[in-house]
Order: sequence, then C-alpha cells, then structure tokens
Amino acid sequence: MALLEVNGIFKRFGKTEVLKGIDFSMEKGEVLAIIGSSGSGKTTLLRCLNFLETPDSGRIVLNGDEIYNAENKYTDREIREKRLNFGLVFQSFNLFPQYTVLRNVCLAPEMMRINQSETKLTRADKARIKSEIAENARGLLASVGLSEKLMNYPCELSGGQQQRVAIARALAMEPVILCFDEPTSALDPELTGEVLRVIKELKDAGRTMILVTHEMGFARSAADKVIFMADGVIEEYGTPEEVFGSPRSEKTISFLEKSLENIT
Amino acid sequence: MSFLEVTAQLANGFLTTLLIFGVTLVGAIPLGLLITLGSMSKIPPVKWIFKIFVWIIRGTPLMLQIILVFYGPGLMGLGVKFDRLMAVILAFIINYACYFSEIYRGGIESIPKGQYEAGQVLGMTKAQIFFKVVLFQVIKRIVPPMGNEIITLVKDTSLARVIAVVELVKAAETIVSLKSLIWPLFYVGAFYLLFTGIVTLLLNYAEKKLNYYQG
Repeated sequence: MALLEVNGIFKRFGKTEVLKGIDFSMEKGEVLAIIGSSGSGKTTLLRCLNFLETPDSGRIVLNGDEIYNAENKYTDREIREKRLNFGLVFQSFNLFPQYTVLRNVCLAPEMMRINQSETKLTRADKARIKSEIAENARGLLASVGLSEKLMNYPCELSGGQQQRVAIARALAMEPVILCFDEPTSALDPELTGEVLRVIKELKDAGRTMILVTHEMGFARSAADKVIFMADGVIEEYGTPEEVFGSPRSEKTISFLEKSLENIT
Repeated sequence: MSFLEVTAQLANGFLTTLLIFGVTLVGAIPLGLLITLGSMSKIPPVKWIFKIFVWIIRGTPLMLQIILVFYGPGLMGLGVKFDRLMAVILAFIINYACYFSEIYRGGIESIPKGQYEAGQVLGMTKAQIFFKVVLFQVIKRIVPPMGNEIITLVKDTSLARVIAVVELVKAAETIVSLKSLIWPLFYVGAFYLLFTGIVTLLLNYAEKKLNYYQG
C-alpha cells in the first residue's frame, strides 16, 4: 500500500485555476521531486499537503487513512493535527528571529507537548519533557552540522546555515513526510551544496520527502520519482531516468531544453 | 516671589502632569491593542465601527475631546459628571489608545506572512503564533514610533488646563497673572525638557535591549 495517495486535487484562486486535478502516490522512504516552471502549481500543491491552502476538491490518504476530503469540514484543531504529518521547509527559511537556533528547534515541540497537553503536568514533568526535547534538538542540529551554533541568533548565520536550522526545526516535529519548497532558491550558489548534502543524508537515512526544486541536477541524482508539472496538471511522472532521459510530453521536452540551456 | 517658591509651585503642577502622563500610558497601551483587534476584525461591521471611531478621535482636536468629556454628560442630562482630572485622563486614554492602535496595526501587518506559516506548519495554535512568535517582533518594530507618541504625550498634558486642571503650564500661568511675573512661564520649558530627556533615555535603552537580533 502506498504511504501517501493524493486524488483529484483542484485549487483555484479567484478565477485562476492553479491545480486542475492532481493524482499521485508515493511509497515510504521515497524521495519525490516536483519540477516545473514558475506558475505551474508545484508550490501550491505542496502548500495543499501542508494545509496552508485548502483544496477545493480532492482527497489525501496517508497510511490508508483519509486525512483530508474536500467534502468535509475540519476544525482548526483537526487541521493542526493532520498538518503535523507533513513538515515543511520554506524557500525563505522563516526562522523566528528573536530566538536562538536551539530555541527555534525546541519551541514548537515544547508547545505541543506541554501547553497543548491533555493532562495536568507537574513542574518535574515539564522539566523532564523540556530536557528531552532539548536533547533531541541538539542531536538534530548536530546531524545538520550546527552543533557550534546552538546559542546564535538566525541573523548571525549564513543562508545555508539558516536553512539547515529550518530542516532541523521541521524534523523535531517528527513528520511522516518532509516537504521542501525550493529550499535552495534563496541561497547564494556556493551555499546550496551544504543544504543539498543534508537532504541527501536524510534520503540515505530512509526519510520520505517531497522536494519542489529548480535544481535539475539534484532532482535527477537524489530523487526516486520525478513529477513534472505544467499549467496545474502532472504532465509527466516517472523515475529520473524516464523523465530526464526519455521524456514523452512536448512540454517536458521544451522545459528540460530550456533548463539545460541555463546550465551551459 | 523667589526662584525657590516658583519652583515649588511649578513642581506641584508638575505632579499633576506626571499623573496624567502615567495613567494615560497605563490605560492607553492595553486599550490600544483592543482597538487594533477590533479594527483588524474579519467581521465587517465590527471593523467599520472601530475604523470610524478611530477616524473621529484622530480627526478632532484633543482639546475639544477634553471639553466634551467634561461638559458633555451634563449637557446631555446623563446625570453623571466627571471630576476635572478624571475627565482629562479619560479623554487622553481614548485619544492615545486610537493613535497607539494604528501603530500596533502597522507593526502587526509588517510581520512577514512566512512567520505565521512557519508557526502553522509546526502545529502551533493561532494564539501561540501571536504570543510566542509575532508579538515580540511587533514590539521591537513599534518602539520608535511609540517613542514619538509618548514624547508628544508629555507635552500634550498641557491641554488639561483648558478645563482648569492645574498642571505645569496652568501653574505657571497662575503665577504670571497673580504676581505679574513672565519668566516662570519660560521656566516650565526646563521641566518639559528634563522630562522628555529622561523618557528619551528610557526609550533608547529599550531599543538597545531589543536590538540583540536583526530582522
């Protein structure tokens, strides 16, 4: 059974139809790259999975459970719980500037486990939970190579370092699927490598990920499956060899030609 | 009248000035936040009521508002009458809350959408996002414009004399008319300068404290 199944997602903003029926599925441990030109709807699709946008129709099934169906109404609380199945790393990092790196990673887990706790926690419980969370955060920050920066503020870090903090912050919520929305687009070219390396390491550790990207080379080497989107539909889907090596659709061919022109 | 006697009388008026200033701040800072929430409401009638209220308060002289609060209830036969100082403070709190509310609104709207979205995808509630993520950044951004308003408030307190509340300027005017001395009126400038000087130092200190991060 597929880990994630997305059926018939439609989304319009006013009169513009941005997503016109998206269907795909992915397996556990798979890395799915979504490529396509700006305005093709790839970011909107990712935002729908994270419930930052509400699809007008369609359903999302995770592990066999229908977590979203456009025909149902969900409360804020339900959306909050469902959303936690997905992590999201933004193009512009969106770290919280007033908090240290460590605090950025610990804040949300603390609020989930302490402030939103159903049972009354004693002071000792709270202290124990906090130290567990901090311990875990240190481990995550070490795994993205930022052990030295725990007490720094985001403004003191390079873009690549900030994006790695954002990855650790998303991982701290233990999402089933980690999504990236053009994670290297806001970075100087020499800093993209360090972020891509972290993503590669996550793949090797077996993490399920969806990656919206303009880095064709990376999509080709790191992804298990590639979706090419154009005008709100999935134009092409397959392994990187299929999509990059022998594309069938006219639009894919012309997009890939243009992307390759930019490289040479 | 000696310099010391004048100083003592002016100091007495200055206490009233300080009182108006302090109570106005304590009242207007939280009331302003309420007005902000109202004027940013997603329910159109609520939003428009607050917007019109802010327009009226910001669009008419504070002096007129003081007079209205003091004489208005009596003229309308409401049977309540405010004590002079009370009327002044009430008018000041409402007036300043409206100005503060617009500063707050500007600050809240200047926070990038990405901050809210980051909070959302991390599973935070709306309240948690506001209080744990956004509020502090808003405070940092609004300190300079709030400083401007607060310094204006120091001097606006002199409007209280319009309904014969003896604040600093009124105290000096009394000396001028009773003792035929003009210099005490200029001397009050020194009080205001000292006061705004201290306020400025405090604001600079706050700004510096909040400057430990950029962005």
